[in-house]
Amino acid sequence: MKIRPYGDTSHDGKVQVSFTLPISTDGLGISAAKELAKKMGLVNPQVVHVEDIHEGYRFFVVYGSVPYEIETDTLKDEEIENVSLSKEEIEEMISKNFNRNLVFVGASTGSDAHTVGIDAIMNMKGYAGHYGLERYKGIQAYNLGSQVENEEFVRFARKVKADVLLVSQTVTQKDVHIKNLVNLVELLEAENMRKDVILIAGGARITNELAKELGYDGGFGPRKYAEDVAAFAVERLLEKK
Amino acid sequence: MLNQTMIEECRTFAKKITDEVEKVIKVRSTLTVERTVLRLLGVDGINQFDEPIPNQMVDEVVHNGDISKGISTYIASALYHTKLSLADFIDQYKKSEVNLTQIPLIDSKKVRVVLAPYINQSFEKISKNKVLRETLIHNYGKNLTDLYVIVATGNIYEDVIQAKAAAKAGADIIAVIRSTGQSLLDYVPFGATTEGFGGTFATQENFKIMRKALDEVGLEEKRYIKLVNYASGLCMPEIAAMAALERLDVLLNDSMYGIIFRDINMQRTFIDQHFSRMINAYAGIIINTGEDNYLTTSDAYSEAHTVLASQFINEEFAFRAHLKEELMGLGHAFEIDPEIKDSFLYEVAQAEMAREIFPNAPLKYMPPTKHISGNIFKAYQQNTLFNIATHLTGQSIHLLGMMTEAIHTPFLSDRYLAISNAKMIQKSMASIREEFIFKKDGIIQNRASEVLEKAHELLGQIASNSLFKALEDGIFAGVKRPYEGGKGLGGVFVKSKDYVNVVFDALEVKFNEN
Repeated sequence: MKIRPYGDTSHDGKVQVSFTLPISTDGLGISAAKELAKKMGLVNPQVVHVEDIHEGYRFFVVYGSVPYEIETDTLKDEEIENVSLSKEEIEEMISKNFNRNLVFVGASTGSDAHTVGIDAIMNMKGYAGHYGLERYKGIQAYNLGSQVENEEFVRFARKVKADVLLVSQTVTQKDVHIKNLVNLVELLEAENMRKDVILIAGGARITNELAKELGYDGGFGPRKYAEDVAAFAVERLLEKK
Repeated sequence: MLNQTMIEECRTFAKKITDEVEKVIKVRSTLTVERTVLRLLGVDGINQFDEPIPNQMVDEVVHNGDISKGISTYIASALYHTKLSLADFIDQYKKSEVNLTQIPLIDSKKVRVVLAPYINQSFEKISKNKVLRETLIHNYGKNLTDLYVIVATGNIYEDVIQAKAAAKAGADIIAVIRSTGQSLLDYVPFGATTEGFGGTFATQENFKIMRKALDEVGLEEKRYIKLVNYASGLCMPEIAAMAALERLDVLLNDSMYGIIFRDINMQRTFIDQHFSRMINAYAGIIINTGEDNYLTTSDAYSEAHTVLASQFINEEFAFRAHLKEELMGLGHAFEIDPEIKDSFLYEVAQAEMAREIFPNAPLKYMPPTKHISGNIFKAYQQNTLFNIATHLTGQSIHLLGMMTEAIHTPFLSDRYLAISNAKMIQKSMASIREEFIFKKDGIIQNRASEVLEKAHELLGQIASNSLFKALEDGIFAGVKRPYEGGKGLGGVFVKSKDYVNVVFDALEVKFNEN
């Protein structure tokens, strides 16, 4: 199917963009903003708002149409396609297929101090009404918290014989998350552990596509909860069996 | 109206809780406390391996001397026997021409005499900073609520551009977020820095650069722009010392945050927070506590009482370090799930409750973060609600929420839009506080009473066990920390009978004068 953005009429291609330019007059700014919008591919751009936000800097809101169409039939789905299972269904799947607890180890690694992501997936309490992995029967969950060095993470994973590793990355400035995620894969390979674990990355800016590119089994971004991660991991463990 | 007897009892519990911790604090010191002493004597700079001289000196005594006597003893003895000025001694020390541990030690009386001029020099500088800040704020006028924004580019010169823009747009307080990971460094980096992740390294030179920039913009705007950094992590008191010397105005400085959220050993944290708060008290620096963080991990509705309980504990720790109420920026946050019915009323209840219980404290109120998604339009709406709650309940330090909170470090425009939002609320609702009274026994009053009751019960429990036990059991933010666990325990030591800390003693003298 071919699609375009929908403003107020089918196929009108209307989009809104906003940005700041280092420019010191409104008039020149409007011309510059229009030119920029054209270069971005917008047809008939309209600068609907310009505001002086600091000497030499102006903020713009621009509307325009894009002439492009997107063919959706040939696209890849960025989100992991797995059957959405409930906590109870996952617990049953574990008890039916494994005669032991599955070990999940999670951490926010490297210098990253944010625990919001890993806590949402792992903590007993969970997030937005979705219980975390600590509450699952048949899952032994270890949440190592934030600022865990990759070396320490791997050491711990080996000690507890982890089945699944969950790595959370929140800070993405200067692509520090990419370096850190790649470093972990290299470390696991060097330790000959990569094939023994299901390796999953998570975070606000993580997509499944990116995670796979970096050598992970899967990646989970926003709007994903403990049951999504658990279902994916357990299914992969079943496939491996 | 809140139950005043219950509030008094909460404070009594907090005293009992703190008494026990103070026993641990009193007989111990830490390596960062000793390095702070050196910094306040005027020791600064790095050696050829980029190691800060205060670290090199303290480590030398740890390895070749007896640190339990205190670094004051060693540096004073060295100056006494070499007959060098401190500046000359540091010069020769860098070249390894002198050392601290192959010199006979002098007694504590002589130590004080030798070091007095250096301490006086630093204290005079800090005291001048305090007077200048007070004068400027007095001249320009004091705000009921200060708007607080963050810059976090990693590059101090880039931070300056953004900070100036924010100040011109109306921000009253600028915080330079630290690079992730700095809290776990057991030294303070040196010099101006341009590379950091998720923030900029806290260094004395960076403090100086930003202070100068904010003074310039303050002069143009006819407002005093406050500067914030973080006295937390493994170098808590050193940052406090540097902040005092460079006239920072606010420091994040919690008695338990490092234990809970950075897995720093609890003994280390309690000792460090005490010394750093003494410095802040003398320098007139407002502390901000970190209770708001509890609610990013725990549920903001069901765990609200842990925030209040922690505020009572933080308040008592602050009193013991001679901090006045006017410098206690106790923290709390607007983090209840907006999907909960009447969530805004509960937020108002909790904010008003904090205001009434701590009437003289410059409360720090944090914006929603946990329930902010990539939907920037919804985030802007949530921040508007937060701004209304802030204004309606007269919070003092208003940390502005960013519509792109869940996405990236703020764009120049994000910060501008956040300030515009808050300013519009301040103006359009200028007199709202005088117009509204809360309905007797209504949802808001009942919620406030309920949170107070639960905090009272929790403090009673902690007082009958201990704060150490509470931290081991994960009472705060659901995080459990062992007494002997965490980072930095290796830097804690028991003071010997002849231990001397000339800065500590000089501060006590100053506090007793007032």
